[in-house]
Amino acid sequence: MLARARKLDALGVLGLNKRNGDYILRFNPRSRYPLVDDKLQTKQLALAAGIAVPALYGVIRTQHDIRSLPDIVRDHPQFVLKPAHGSAGDGIVVISGRSGSRYRTISGTLLDADFLFHHLSNAINGQFSLGGIQDVVIVEYMVRFSPLFESLSYQGVPDIRIIVFRGFPIMSMVRLPTRASNGKANLHQGAVGAGIDIGTGVTLDGVLGTEVITHHPDTMNAIAGMQIPDWDTILDISARCYELTGLGYIGVDIVLDRDRGPLILELNARPGLAIQIANRQGLLKRLQICEQRADFNATPAERIAFSKGEFRHPVG
Amino acid sequence: MNNRHIYLLAAFLTALSLGLFAYKSRILGFPVQPQEETQIWNIEAALRFDPGPAAVKATLRIPGLTPGYSLLDEYFISRGFGITTRNAPAGREAQWAVRQATGPQTVYYRAVVYRDDTRLAEDTTPPFPSPPELDEPSRVALEGLIAEVRRQSADVASFTTELLRRINQGERDPYASLFLKRGHTVADRVHLATIFLAGAQVPARVAHGITLQSTPGPVQPESMLEVHDGVQWLYFNPQTLQQGLPENFLIWWRGDEPLAEVEGGFDLDVTLAAQENLLPSMVVAERRAERSGSHAVDFSLFALPIATQAVFSVLLMVPIGALMIVLLRNFVGVKTFGTFMPVLVALAFRETRLVWGILLFAIIVSLGLLIRFYLEKLRLLLVPRLTCVLTVVVLLMAAISIVSQKLGLQPGLSLALFPMVIIAMTIERMSIVWEERGASEAIQEGVGSLSVAAVAYLVMGMLWLEHLVFVFPELLLLVLAATLLAGRYTGYRLLELRRFKGVLPNEAT
Repeated sequence: MLARARKLDALGVLGLNKRNGDYILRFNPRSRYPLVDDKLQTKQLALAAGIAVPALYGVIRTQHDIRSLPDIVRDHPQFVLKPAHGSAGDGIVVISGRSGSRYRTISGTLLDADFLFHHLSNAINGQFSLGGIQDVVIVEYMVRFSPLFESLSYQGVPDIRIIVFRGFPIMSMVRLPTRASNGKANLHQGAVGAGIDIGTGVTLDGVLGTEVITHHPDTMNAIAGMQIPDWDTILDISARCYELTGLGYIGVDIVLDRDRGPLILELNARPGLAIQIANRQGLLKRLQICEQRADFNATPAERIAFSKGEFRHPVG
Repeated sequence: MNNRHIYLLAAFLTALSLGLFAYKSRILGFPVQPQEETQIWNIEAALRFDPGPAAVKATLRIPGLTPGYSLLDEYFISRGFGITTRNAPAGREAQWAVRQATGPQTVYYRAVVYRDDTRLAEDTTPPFPSPPELDEPSRVALEGLIAEVRRQSADVASFTTELLRRINQGERDPYASLFLKRGHTVADRVHLATIFLAGAQVPARVAHGITLQSTPGPVQPESMLEVHDGVQWLYFNPQTLQQGLPENFLIWWRGDEPLAEVEGGFDLDVTLAAQENLLPSMVVAERRAERSGSHAVDFSLFALPIATQAVFSVLLMVPIGALMIVLLRNFVGVKTFGTFMPVLVALAFRETRLVWGILLFAIIVSLGLLIRFYLEKLRLLLVPRLTCVLTVVVLLMAAISIVSQKLGLQPGLSLALFPMVIIAMTIERMSIVWEERGASEAIQEGVGSLSVAAVAYLVMGMLWLEHLVFVFPELLLLVLAATLLAGRYTGYRLLELRRFKGVLPNEAT
């Protein structure tokens, strides 16, 4: 057991305790949390800074507002309902079309308006927020994912997670929905995680649970070796999130839209550690490389150049 | 806030906690073990006398300086007598006085003493005694004997032993026989020894006391010779010549005066009695602290009403349960519903016992979950839905209690102490996790919560620990120090070793 702890340590694997104690507590000022915990604020900040995000159709703030949903989405057959304080994708409903008066979700289930209203009311009352606080629901553009990923995902939207440490993108992965994950891009629900080489934007082998896999379980296509398009743009917007939020250790979630390119979905002030498994690389090692060699006064462009040089796969 | 600050703080808290603990357990004798009992003796002196026609005054020497023993309590019992105590040259005295009394009178002195090795004869060094005033032949005999004994001895101790041996020979010793009357008692011999020692410029006195026995009953006072060698008091048994104070010997009074005297009365009869007893150590410690003027007891939890004490004996265990959670979450990595929910459940287990507790908890939560899934279909708003779940939980608890009463299952009844609000919240959280992340995750977290609760219950149920924390609440500072240190533990959690197995290149295959 100790031997394994030593091995993980040698690989620079970051544990939860160290992430919380040495990075989140040190680099994420509490006063900045609302910026990322409230997805509405994140969105507004990003819009103000000119960073691309899914378009905002409307906000449902009160029980009364729920009835205005049909008006908000009148011109948008496809939309997403997202509790502003939801965590880990809880409470998100993706509507991909209508069938009469009913709404069809991305997985094909038909929901009547009543069900949707009930869901909204739960969300407003804080069912999906941390600590059950009152919440608001964002109605936004449904991302039409780039055909690029079609070979590598089962329904749903694959998203790209980038860990940004004080403005430096240090590790990234793409989360590919599977049949088992119900089209959700959540690793603990059975989505496949695949590391992305920061230096080139090319995918590595995937991980399902803790097992390494080379092919997507549903589409049977090889996971490794795919070039993520607009990789430089992706790195650029994620690096700029540091200036945006003032948070030193964040996870930036990005989706690739067919028409609008990379869009920021949300930011996370407590990003998970599974990315290390997807990359089979330790975060701690990269954090330490940054702390030792990086110039923290650099511009975003300089930072990206540094990251691309230092974190070309495999690191160390 | 750097780590050194925390280490210093933790070290300070640890030192403070252990220091207070040591003071209370060592000096004040607070019991470290539950149900610890201290041996005590009830000693009693009964004075019987017939009063004369006028005022009566009875004097009793009472224990004062008692090496090896401390007084816990004393009582003076009489009918119609005024009582005063005072310090006399020979020790303490109690005096019963009454202006008029008829018929035989009995007054009692009772005391509780306990063994206390820290108590020494903390007398100041006595002055050199003045030489005894004697007629010429006696003086010559005295000097002769002293000279002979001195020749055969090296120091005060051996001098005294030799002297006592000579005196014990009685008539057979040419010098000692001069001083001893026919039919002399042990007390007379000891008295004689003090005279000789005074002649040799050695401070000495007679100590009278009783031997504390385990069998109750009357005891006879015995005499010891106390000799000061310039540094400390030495004790000699005048008959066996053994040096040292026997463990079970309680010195009652000193000097040549009798144990009791009566003025204005006659036919005085004094009996002493002793009885061994056991008393909860806590009681002894409390009384002792009170007598020594320490405030440790005033500010201990024993100063609270009994019912409040019972509450605190449980409350003080909560931080220890919480510490278990810290260990299991931050060092092992067990997932639970709510941070402190398992502690509250563990508290409920105190009443139901472990197996029943887990069973009942599982039953309520699963029934509650079923109801919750049904309520989900009704599309209730959040707070009303929570209230519904809570109501259902309370009803379930009542129903289970009634059923178990009918079946004669006692543990089912203690269910009432389950934290129903916590259970309702747990059901709510669990159903959301169930829907959002799947049943396996929900059950995993549920089982995690229950096992943490079980561990917390087992630790919080340790009687000795509960006793320790209740008698020494300062030990919670240790818990605080441990938690501070745990708060800066940034190493891997045990379950992370398995979780990150896939990162290791060679072990993954």
